[in-house]
Amino acid sequence: METAITVQNVTMRFNIARERVDSLKEYLIKYVQRQLSFEKLTALDDVSFTVARGEVLGIVGLNGSGKSTLLKIISGILKPTAGTVLKRGKVAPLIELGTGFDQDLTAQENIFLNGAVLGYSRQQMQARYQQILDFAELWEFADVPIKNYSSGMVARLGFAIATATDPEILIIDEILGVGDFRFQEKSEGRIAEMMASGATVLIVSHSIEQIRKLCQRAIWLDKGQLMLEGPADAVCDAYQSQAGL
Amino acid sequence: MELSVDNILALFSVVVLALALVLVLVRLPQLRAAWPEFMQYRHLLGELVKRDVTVKYRRSVLGVLWSVLQPLFIMLIVTFVFSYVFRIDVVDYPVFYITGNFVFGYVSEATNLSLGAILGSGNLIRKVFIPKYLFVLEKCLFALVNTLFSLIAVAIVLVVQQAALYPTFPLLVVPLLYAAVFALGLGLLLSALVVFFRDVAHIYGIWLTAWFYLTPVLYPLSILPPLAQSLIRLNPLVHYVEYARDVMMYGLVPGWQANLICLGMAVAMLLLGILVFCKTQDKFVLYL
Repeated sequence: METAITVQNVTMRFNIARERVDSLKEYLIKYVQRQLSFEKLTALDDVSFTVARGEVLGIVGLNGSGKSTLLKIISGILKPTAGTVLKRGKVAPLIELGTGFDQDLTAQENIFLNGAVLGYSRQQMQARYQQILDFAELWEFADVPIKNYSSGMVARLGFAIATATDPEILIIDEILGVGDFRFQEKSEGRIAEMMASGATVLIVSHSIEQIRKLCQRAIWLDKGQLMLEGPADAVCDAYQSQAGL
Repeated sequence: MELSVDNILALFSVVVLALALVLVLVRLPQLRAAWPEFMQYRHLLGELVKRDVTVKYRRSVLGVLWSVLQPLFIMLIVTFVFSYVFRIDVVDYPVFYITGNFVFGYVSEATNLSLGAILGSGNLIRKVFIPKYLFVLEKCLFALVNTLFSLIAVAIVLVVQQAALYPTFPLLVVPLLYAAVFALGLGLLLSALVVFFRDVAHIYGIWLTAWFYLTPVLYPLSILPPLAQSLIRLNPLVHYVEYARDVMMYGLVPGWQANLICLGMAVAMLLLGILVFCKTQDKFVLYL
């Protein structure tokens, strides 16, 4: 089976400065006084796994276990301290909906801007324009600046844009709770559709039910360590018994 | 060969251009790899410029017209103060000023906007992968668009002053291009530094004011004593402003040495900017 994502020995360490050093003066003073000490925080410790094309992989773990850091490394936002990530295909990160929206622009203008953020041309977005507004159900508001939208409307628009572009790899971080229950059903349906069409999907969710329902395989992270990797149900069982849920 | 500042700068430029050539050849594989990435995101560049233009003029009645009106009004004030009150003796002072300011204004606006390009896009950089230099490049392009609008102001001044229009005037693009390369380099440098030290923004604000007076925008170089004239030529903008005035006001085509110096200084700044930006860009996300 073809692999879509290979994560190889990825380690991520952050320097946690006790105090933020934001100015040159502070930096020099601290440097002279040798107070520039950092605490090292290891967010991910030598994590390796692969995801096959068309697979739906769930990532579970407590807060601070390194799930979001891992997704950010896979989508290229963070560069790991050590290790490599290989990807085959176009990645659409659904890390936070509506990222890259400009508050002063209208929905129409934001669709093209956000499309470009994801690497799509004006023509490519024009072809999907209808579909996006249909899905987000925002026809009457197409010419209204985003700043006048409710948070649900922004999230709907963000979801519609990110999923309209048919990415080969979809990264979903806790966003399935978007909008009202009707829109949630609709967005779950859309994700199922994309899975059926062969997209590779990574899902981070605190809802174990959702992971069991959507994923074939799962990995469990704890304090940056890869605890277990395997069929979704087995990993979820182990995680729940360990975490005492 | 005489040991003038310009000769030294020309020599410096030859060294810089040779170095740039070597670096391009050495880094050819990386440059080839960056090209498809740039092509994929080139739409974003256009969309961001469009956004900046839209946001800048939204809700202003006169809209884009302000890009023409603003330099015109400032020109009127400056002409009044320096030509009538301080009596600086230059033929066609309005043309003299607006041509000089055309170049200086571009560098000043482009670098000032670039300075905040990375900080201002923190939201995006923390959440989506985008080649980060795009944000700086975009600000330099946006400033270029604004500057091209202000070209209309230059044209109006020429007509009103009934100044001679020389056939060399299309060459005005050349110093603007040199200035754009220079501004991109400086913009990359500043945008990266300010992520780590916010002081840079305040320092640069002061420097821009000093720089304005260190560049002969308001006065001709000839009013300075000879030593100061030589020293001030170390300022790259002096050469760009002179170039612009040569083609606009005097109908001259600058020779190879002037072109060499302009290009050499721009490329030197670009190399420095790229170097610092590439060394630090992976850490931006941790400091935004």
